[in-house]
Amino acid sequence: MDLNLGNMSNPIFLIIQREFLSRVRKKTFLLVTLIGPLAFAALMIVPGLLASMPEDAKEIIVLDEPSLLLPHEGKEQYQLEYLDPRENDLELAKELLRDSKYDALLYIPSGESWDPDFIKNNILLYGKEDPSMEMQGYLDYLLEEQINKAKLLKNGVDPAVVAQIKTNVSIKSFTLGEEGTDEQSAVPIKMALGYITGMLIYFFIFFYSVQVMRGVMEEKSSRIVEVIISSVRPYQLMMGKILGIGLVGVVQFIIWIGLSGILYTVISTFLFPELFAEQAAAGADGNPAAEMVGLEVLDMLRSVDFTTVIVGFAFYFFGGYFLYSALFAAVGSAVDQEADSQQFMLPVTIPMILAIITAMNVIQEPNGALAFWMSMIPLTSPITMMIRLPFGIPLWEVFLSGAILVSTFFAVVGLAGKIYRVGILMYGKKVTWKELFKWLKY
Amino acid sequence: MITAKKVTKEYSSKRALDDVDLFIPKGSIYGLLGPNGAGKTSFIRIMNQITAPDQGEVYFGNELLQPKDIARIGYLPEERGLYKKMKVGEQVLYLARLKGLTTSEAKNRAKDWFERLEMSGWWDKKVEDLSKGMAQKVQFVTTVLHEPELLIFDEPFTGFDPINTNLIKGEIQRLNENGATVIFSTHRMESVEEICNHIGLIDNGKVMIEGNLLDIRKHYKDGTFAFTTRTLIDDWGGHKVLSQKEDHMGYRTVLKSATFPKEMVIALSEKEVLVAFEEVLPTVSDIFIEIVKNGPKPWKHE
Repeated sequence: MDLNLGNMSNPIFLIIQREFLSRVRKKTFLLVTLIGPLAFAALMIVPGLLASMPEDAKEIIVLDEPSLLLPHEGKEQYQLEYLDPRENDLELAKELLRDSKYDALLYIPSGESWDPDFIKNNILLYGKEDPSMEMQGYLDYLLEEQINKAKLLKNGVDPAVVAQIKTNVSIKSFTLGEEGTDEQSAVPIKMALGYITGMLIYFFIFFYSVQVMRGVMEEKSSRIVEVIISSVRPYQLMMGKILGIGLVGVVQFIIWIGLSGILYTVISTFLFPELFAEQAAAGADGNPAAEMVGLEVLDMLRSVDFTTVIVGFAFYFFGGYFLYSALFAAVGSAVDQEADSQQFMLPVTIPMILAIITAMNVIQEPNGALAFWMSMIPLTSPITMMIRLPFGIPLWEVFLSGAILVSTFFAVVGLAGKIYRVGILMYGKKVTWKELFKWLKY
Repeated sequence: MITAKKVTKEYSSKRALDDVDLFIPKGSIYGLLGPNGAGKTSFIRIMNQITAPDQGEVYFGNELLQPKDIARIGYLPEERGLYKKMKVGEQVLYLARLKGLTTSEAKNRAKDWFERLEMSGWWDKKVEDLSKGMAQKVQFVTTVLHEPELLIFDEPFTGFDPINTNLIKGEIQRLNENGATVIFSTHRMESVEEICNHIGLIDNGKVMIEGNLLDIRKHYKDGTFAFTTRTLIDDWGGHKVLSQKEDHMGYRTVLKSATFPKEMVIALSEKEVLVAFEEVLPTVSDIFIEIVKNGPKPWKHE
């Protein structure tokens, strides 16, 4: 394959071409590109599958002195077996747990007066292993329900009446738009979208920037770099590498999007047609609950500005990638082997990790102070702004954050280029931070 | 070909080049000599425009060195290598195109060189599958492929095996005869003495001496003479004997004499024991040591 991109005189095109072709022609590129979407799909599906896999039911013996739970049998995972309180006490029951197949023992004492307030404070749970949070939660829920009922009865109130009175408020929220265009807000969808795209951008920035670092280190350790920079400026070599690998990213994205589309079509039409048909039909044939949910999701999706999200994703991916890859190129140039890169990598990646750690706060308060500042600071903005974008952000904020990102990129590329220029010719020396700063002045 | 005027380059802790004036004549084979850390590589990197001098100018021909001159220089650095995963042919073409050749030009010339150096059949091999000697030949080809007017070799013969060394030396001499100016930079001064006709000696960033190699050696001659005699002679008329050893023609005696030892030559000839007589010129390393010890010797107008 010889993609002769014309005889462009600028050597940077030659470098881009080499960086691009040498990666795209590798078998691993094909592998990652083809398997990537499958792996991603698996990542989404497998945890769900695992969680829904039936586990061995836990068997719990219950010594229920006030007959509070009786005759509740538990559910699939938690089978309740009752001991006769007239023939057993706590000590006997513990003895029984120790020598039996049972997993746990729940002790509900009656106390002197069968007072619900006494009972609720004196319930004990013994397990052969530490009882799981889930088991405790389940038993808590059961017991609370029963004790509530007991209390209501004790005060002469019919629990059925209470159940009827209990109200579930469901607020429909809107964002006030231009006149007459109030949009139904779709917080759950926006949260999911923000979180997923934020994570993706983090992952991709890291994935491609590290490749830039590896490439720089490869040229340095194979000692070809001095030959190259006697023909082109170090800056051109660095930018050529960053652009070439960025181009690999673009091609990979395009293939991934195409593949995902194909994968979705194949799965929906051939593998599980009934599942998708069911979903589609659910709204139409009279199931009012499904109809509601279906319509609501549709409404919510409609309220998300996908153009902004997609354009934003492309912009913040490239902005973030260019910024970080320049930093990573500088790191790669300063070290002789990958192991030494750790001391420089960590400080460089901390802002990104910070953006991920604060992702939850940003999602909950997408217009808060934390979210605002994190989406202005250029090292965190690609991730934080991406998380915020689906929520609809004032345009000036987006442009300001973009402008800061772009201008930081130019400043950083200049500095990184200076470190790079010195670093690539420096062998057999463990470089310190102090020296890196000195190189800026060379 | 290259004229450096008052070139100074400083790194944070030290002055790598200090007011360096050098003149590298067109068509010469020039030895840039000096111990490790003397500033040779710094100067070479300035010629290749990898770094710029802090002060001073470098001229290429009659004009100041410019970015486009890169295509007129072929540089084999001391730290050299190739992309391990790339095929030999692709790599040669890539490096040649970076120097401004078109693909077809580069291909034709590379085929010629590959035949010359018996490398045909390597074109589609990956660099990582080549032996060290083979990789060196490829590196040499990439250095000369764009037919540069100036060839710079930094420590060219470290890591080359003897067969390749001879082959490459021969090729370099041929390129020189065809008009290329050649610079050898090395700390192993004896290794280039026989092929260089000009040298520049630098130490601690300063030029100690520069010029035509033969002129310099003549200038530094210090009254050392060698007599080869059929039999071992003990009486040297009071001259200080530096060494005496047997060789294939008899006995070689090296001695010092402030003036031309005419009387010894006549006496030994009359005894019919003298086989050979010569004045011994100092080697470049002798001159270097002398200068480091006693400073440069002023040129007298004879």
